[in-house]
Amino acid sequence: MQWETVIGLEIHAQLATKTKIFSGASTAYGAEPNTQACAVDLGLPGVLPVLNQEVVRMAVKFGMAIEAEVADYSVFARKNYFYPDLPKGYQISQMDHPIVGIGHMDIDVDGQTKRVGVTRAHLEEDAGKSLHEDFHGLTGVDLNRAGTPLLEIVSEPDMRSAKEAVAYMRKIHELVQYLDICDGNMQEGSFRCDANVSIRPVGQEEYGTRTELKNINSFKFVEKAINIEVERQIDIIEAGGRITQETRLYDADKNETRSMRSKEEANDYRYFPDPDLLPVYISDELRAQVKADLPELAHIKRQRFIEQYKLDLETATQLTSSRQLADYFEALITESGCNAKICSNWVTVELSGALNKQNLDISQSPVTHERLAVLLKRISDNTISGKIAKQVFEIMWTSADSADAIIEAQGLKQITDSGAIEAIIDKIIADNQGQVEQYLSGKDKVFGFFVGQTMKASQGKANPGEVNKILKEKLKR
Amino acid sequence: MSLTADDVNKIAYLARLGIDTQDTESYAKDLSGMLDLVAQMSTVDTDNVVPMAHPLGQVQRLRPDQVSEENQREAFHAIAPQVEAGLFLVPKVIE
Repeated sequence: MQWETVIGLEIHAQLATKTKIFSGASTAYGAEPNTQACAVDLGLPGVLPVLNQEVVRMAVKFGMAIEAEVADYSVFARKNYFYPDLPKGYQISQMDHPIVGIGHMDIDVDGQTKRVGVTRAHLEEDAGKSLHEDFHGLTGVDLNRAGTPLLEIVSEPDMRSAKEAVAYMRKIHELVQYLDICDGNMQEGSFRCDANVSIRPVGQEEYGTRTELKNINSFKFVEKAINIEVERQIDIIEAGGRITQETRLYDADKNETRSMRSKEEANDYRYFPDPDLLPVYISDELRAQVKADLPELAHIKRQRFIEQYKLDLETATQLTSSRQLADYFEALITESGCNAKICSNWVTVELSGALNKQNLDISQSPVTHERLAVLLKRISDNTISGKIAKQVFEIMWTSADSADAIIEAQGLKQITDSGAIEAIIDKIIADNQGQVEQYLSGKDKVFGFFVGQTMKASQGKANPGEVNKILKEKLKR
Repeated sequence: MSLTADDVNKIAYLARLGIDTQDTESYAKDLSGMLDLVAQMSTVDTDNVVPMAHPLGQVQRLRPDQVSEENQREAFHAIAPQVEAGLFLVPKVIE
């Protein structure tokens, strides 16, 4: 039988605020355990939550970016369950009145554009962390993360392959970073995903029973986890079995999913409106303000790059994959005064290559756009050749010296003095009479040999334009 | 609507409340009475009534995104049953 995969994703994006969603405790990552967990985060008696205005603004921003309906008013609800890293015994979330309603996100897979529906996005608080290892049979709890604001972005079950799911997740990941509402750091858990997966015979309208794959924190694992789960479901159904609706955990080491269900009963969260929090109204002023602040989004920027800088689609896509990279590129053009072609080449080839090699992000680049601009200026004013520039760039990567200082110290300045170049060429012609004969008898290709010899003799410093000109003149005779 | 003893036990379990078996029946009766009241209210025509999200007819006040809490870990740890390496210790929650 032919099976069709149906996937919906729930993405949790930690909002990049300075403080928690309901308290004034810091959200900075990596602090000593429990040093950023205040009385509100600990759920001590008598405390009350006070909503962070930045959280509301960020959610509205996201809603506008996916062209969703941003609710006039939204309501917080309690989701009740017991776990030690949730000290209150309930998570403050949103149920019936989420802040962001139906929207959409377009993805590109295999050259096709597909629209994926976003059902809703709601605000909630993150839980703390439980550490199960080595506390004499006890569990250690760190509540620094408790109360960190999350935007849970729920998609429609619109995706039909693991590839589409990854494409969608990447687009949301790119978007929240463009909007500056989430740092997107998956290692630190700032951006996580649960996948709802089911299968059905091709042509059937009705959905099959789904399983939920929990907490997948890399793009690679999303794809692998979904594919392995689909295989498992097909095997069960084709053997005459049935799928149980349950939560499953992906084990990357074994590349398998396994049931997380313990003896506990099925989750029954008993949501109800949180009496500690009043409804949140989104004012027209806030809407107008957010709309005015909305940055140029990736797909619009990409189109502009193609038109304004005459870049091809692939280069434009690469340059707009992150806002920082796009900003770097545009700042480089302004600062260096070089044309877009040269700048895009340097950013997508040399710079991106060096960053990838060390697994660095553009914001961590040791060569800032100001430093790179100086280097490019030296190419355009003929101080150095493009080839030498690559050498200088490599040195700049590990040293704080400016391009100018490196060029000076290493004696890399291009030889443009035609007298000096002529001297080199005269010697090469004298030493290679055989090749001169060949050239004069019509073998034009030999010209390249002379250029190569000249560049070699000058250690790459001879100005290639000058070399060509002088060689042509001299070989005529 | 009438709740059974099983329903009461399930609700008690979800809320992690220990209840005496002898009280189950009276809880079932009281809780059923509350649900009946809600059912009665549900029959009222509310087509033209704006839903009330909160009994206080006010708007949520918002707080600026500025750190206002200091580290008080020592104070919080002093009232915790068991702590180690900066962590609160609790009975093991996974097998």
